[in-house]
Order: sequence, then structure tokens, then C-alpha cells
Amino acid sequence: MLKIRNLRSFYGNLQALKGISLHIEAGEIVALIGANGAGKSTLLNSISGVISSKRGQILLDGKDITYFPPQRIVKEGISLVPEGRQLFSPLSVMDNLLLGAYQRFSIKKKTQIERDLERVFQIFPILKERRKQVAGTLSGGEQQMLAIARGLMSKPKILLLDEPSMGLAPKIVQDIFRIILRLRDEGTTIFLVEQNAQKALEIADRGYVIETGRIVFEGKSEELLGNREIVRAYLGRGYRKVWE
Amino acid sequence: MSFFSQLLQYVFTGVAVGAIYGMVALGFNIIYNATGIINLAQGEFVMLGGMVMISLTTGLKVPMILGFFISVGIVTLIGAVIERGAIHPLKNPSVMTLIIITVAASILLKGGAMFIWGKQTYTLPAFSSSTKPISFGEASLNPQTIWILGIMAASMIVLAIFFNFTMTGKAMRACAANKLAASLVGVNVKLMVLLSFALSAAIGAVAGIIITPVALMDYDRGTMLAIKGFATAVLGGLGSNIGAVIAGFIIGLMESLGAGFISSSYKDAIALLVLLFVLFIRPGGIMGTTGEEKFKK
Ligand SMILES: Nc1ncnc2c1ncn2[C@@H]1O[C@H](COP(=O)(O)OP(=O)(O)OP(=O)(O)O)[C@@H](O)[C@H]1O
Ligand SMILES: [Mg+2]
Repeated sequence: MLKIRNLRSFYGNLQALKGISLHIEAGEIVALIGANGAGKSTLLNSISGVISSKRGQILLDGKDITYFPPQRIVKEGISLVPEGRQLFSPLSVMDNLLLGAYQRFSIKKKTQIERDLERVFQIFPILKERRKQVAGTLSGGEQQMLAIARGLMSKPKILLLDEPSMGLAPKIVQDIFRIILRLRDEGTTIFLVEQNAQKALEIADRGYVIETGRIVFEGKSEELLGNREIVRAYLGRGYRKVWE
Repeated sequence: MSFFSQLLQYVFTGVAVGAIYGMVALGFNIIYNATGIINLAQGEFVMLGGMVMISLTTGLKVPMILGFFISVGIVTLIGAVIERGAIHPLKNPSVMTLIIITVAASILLKGGAMFIWGKQTYTLPAFSSSTKPISFGEASLNPQTIWILGIMAASMIVLAIFFNFTMTGKAMRACAANKLAASLVGVNVKLMVLLSFALSAAIGAVAGIIITPVALMDYDRGTMLAIKGFATAVLGGLGSNIGAVIAGFIIGLMESLGAGFISSSYKDAIALLVLLFVLFIRPGGIMGTTGEEKFKK
């Protein structure tokens, strides 16, 4: 579905991605794990058009979308839930959601958008309760849910999630990961970027490991979870103890 | 004239002037919210509104109402052209570069206005010129003041509806809140910048048209109006529209009371004093917690 070939991205003279190739098939959850500064966000931002200084090829269902601006990328069906939520904080929860559907907004589609809104409220009932509240006043977990919900409002084929578990309590992380599974089961393909590698690989079908702008491992989740080196590097101390 | 009538008279004047400052401040806010820049050509939009209206109605004998909308339309177009011509082509410009561009635009517009209209001062008949001033004891309320307040209120309502109930308005607020997220949901951020210039040119033009019958207009009025409008915007909390309106009345009243009871020679200094005072004491302005944060950045 999404195919990336030899992608190189730049911040001025700094090359943050050094030739990334990967593919994501319809119906999959694919995890991308890596340490701070490895280039995970850079990759997602390059896909969604926020970073325009890049070389290589990004294909969506065979169509070259490498140099599309962000607003075209959403239209094509790729929606990014960015790192740090990036909500419209002074606006209401409802407005945040409606803006999620901005690129397909028109009077004709109003009922359709309302239907999608209902679906999103079904997945995140708390947002329905809070729909009139200003987004900036939500709790961290609610903000992450709103960010995901807003991303869903564009009806993406592929949802890109940048560290959705960041800064959240374990219980909430659990909820979020359960929701990610549900979204996949309801037909949305998921590309999940996480530092919480253990959790991410538990729900993912496949995974990639990125290190300083290069993919260094790829494989089925079980393979990655079973790989000593990866476990040592990315799955933290607690996990290693269990292993040794 | 009794003290009370005098006071009332100054209040009437202050409210009319204050409404205009509030509208100029609104113009500042709209562009500031969309781009983070202070458009120093804002005063020129006001001046052009008045001047174009004068040419249309007294020169070309276009009826008032029609002239009003055509003038606003022309100035709106000028605002849009400035954005497309000077702001849009730049790739990742700094805020400072943009502000300097607006200074250039201001000089250009002022020069152009002097070339077209010369240096003389023009006036415009009051919107209901047959109506006599309404007297309150010895004080009298100029009917134009009612027009000014009415049109200001109408503009505010239109803006409020636009920003709160239309998708485009919400998209503009989204841009102000978070440009990255706005582009990710599909908002064309550059188009919103264009719209913000058009919109603030329009509101500036409206202010210029309604003030001309009482304050007259010449090519050079824009600068002072911009300074006072800016002081108003800062007092109200940059970016806050309610703040702008309240601050407009505060500065307008201070100015007219100061001019009346102290000395009219200090009139223009008052807005500047307020500006300095706010910047020292409370840089966020009356409505500004967000403003404060922005200043800190
Ligand atoms: N705006 C920027 N300008 C310059 N360099 C940047 C910029 N953003 C990121 N970088 C650099 O690019 C590299 C990759 O950063 P990126 O944000 O993609 O990492 P990440 O894997 O998402 O890390 P994290 O887990 O901390 O979010 C880092 O070396 C970083 O310093
Ligand atoms: Mg990141």
C-alpha cells in the first residue's frame, strides 16, 4: 500500500534520513522503533509532506506522492497524528474534530461527516462528553485521544502515529494500544512509531528498527522480540532480566 | 457649558474615536494571529478606505452604499495583492523580514496615495447628513457617532460569526493556534495568510470610511492611526479581539478626556504613553495570557 524507496531527508545540511526503504501493506500494523533522534519523526514528517527537503520515492498504491504538500497528502488518505499531539488548544474538542475533516468539508458531505463524528465518539466516548470543552484543558490522555480522533476524521487509509504513548500513564497507554488494534480491525492501516518498543511490537504485525537515519532491522514482530540485540538495545532493562 | 455636559461631550468623542482604534487593532490582530507579524501597513488600509470612498462618492457620484462596498472591495484587493506580491513568494521568511516588508508596503501605499490625491485634506458628508445632532443638555451627539458604533458592532458580529461558525474561519483560528497541525488536517496555510491580509484590509477600509466624515482624511493619516491602533491592540492583548474593542474605548476616552481637560497638545502622546506603560507593566495586555506567552518567546 505504502512503499518508500531510498528516502533521504535533510534539515539544511544535516541529513537525518540516509536512505530508508520500507513497505506497509493494507490491514497491517507496522511498528517503527528507535532511540531518541534516530529519525522516526523525520520519516513520518517526510511522508506527510511537512518536510519537503528530501530525495527518493514515496508511493501510495503505486502513485508517486513524494513531493505533495501536506494538504494533498491528507487528501490522498494518509493522516499523521504528530508527536506531542499538536492540538488546536484554544479551540473546542468539537472544532478540533471538525477541522480533522477539513479537506473533505462541504455542505454536501455534512451528513457523512456527522456519521464519522459518531463513529469517532463511539471509539472515544470521553470526547463526546468533552466536546464543548477547550482542547487545551483536556488531560494528557484525553489530548492524545483527541489527536488520534482528529486524525481519523480525515478518513485515512493509513494512519501514522508518532509516539502516541509518550508521557501517558500505563493504564492509558493500554487503552490507546487497544484502540489502535480496534482501528486496524475496522480497516485502517497503521504505521506506529514508538520508543515503547515492547508494547508496540506486541500489537504490530511487523516492525522496523531505525538507527541514525537507517533501517537496521526489519521483520515480523515475534522475530524482533526474539532478537537478543534488539531486546538489549530497545526493550529496556526489565525485559533483559526476564531473558537472562 | 457645565462640567457634566463637557464631560459627556468628551465621552461622545472618545467613544467614536475609540471604536475606530478598536477596528484598526482588530486588523492588526487578524494578521498577527495568522502570521505572527505586525502589519505596519494597517493604517494605510484605513487611509485608503477613506480616500477611495471620497473619490467614488464625491468625485464619481457613486451612491453612498454602493461606494462603501466598492471601496471596501478595492482595499481588500490591495491587501490581497500585497500578500501575493510581497509575502507569498518568500520561502521561510523570518518575522522580522515580514515586518520590514509591511513597512515598505506602507511607504509605497502612502506614496501612491499622495501621487493620486495630493496633500490636501478631504472630507465626506455624514452618512445621515440631514439629521441634526442629538442634544443631551448642552452636549450633543453627532449622528455619525451612532453610525460608527453601529457599523463597528455589525463588523464585530460578522467577524465573530466568521471565526466561530464557518469552516474557513475555524481554519484561520486553527492556523493561529498551530500551523503544523493545520497543514496536517489539510488547511492551506498560505491561503489563510492571504485571507488574513484581505480581511484586515477590509476592516481597515471600513474604519477609514466611517471615520472620514468626522475626522477628515489625507494621504498621511495612516501612520498615526496605525500607531494608535497598535497601542490599542497591545493594551487589549495582541491577538484578542474582545480586548481590542475594550482597549479601543479606553484609549479613545483617555485621549478625548485628556485633550479636553488637560491639553489637546498631548492628545497623540496618550496612546504612546499607554503603549509604553503596558509594555512595562503587563506585556500581555488586558486580555492576554496567550499574548504574554507569545511575548516571552
Ligand atoms: N527541525 C530540525 N532541524 C534540524 N535538525 C533536526 C530537526 N528536527 C530533528 N532534527 C535532527 O534530526 C535527527 C532525527 O530527529 P527526529 O526528530 O526525527 O528523531 P526521533 O527519532 O523522532 O526522536 P524522538 O524519539 O526524540 O522523537 C536528530 O538528529 C535531530 O537532532
Ligand atoms: Mg520523534
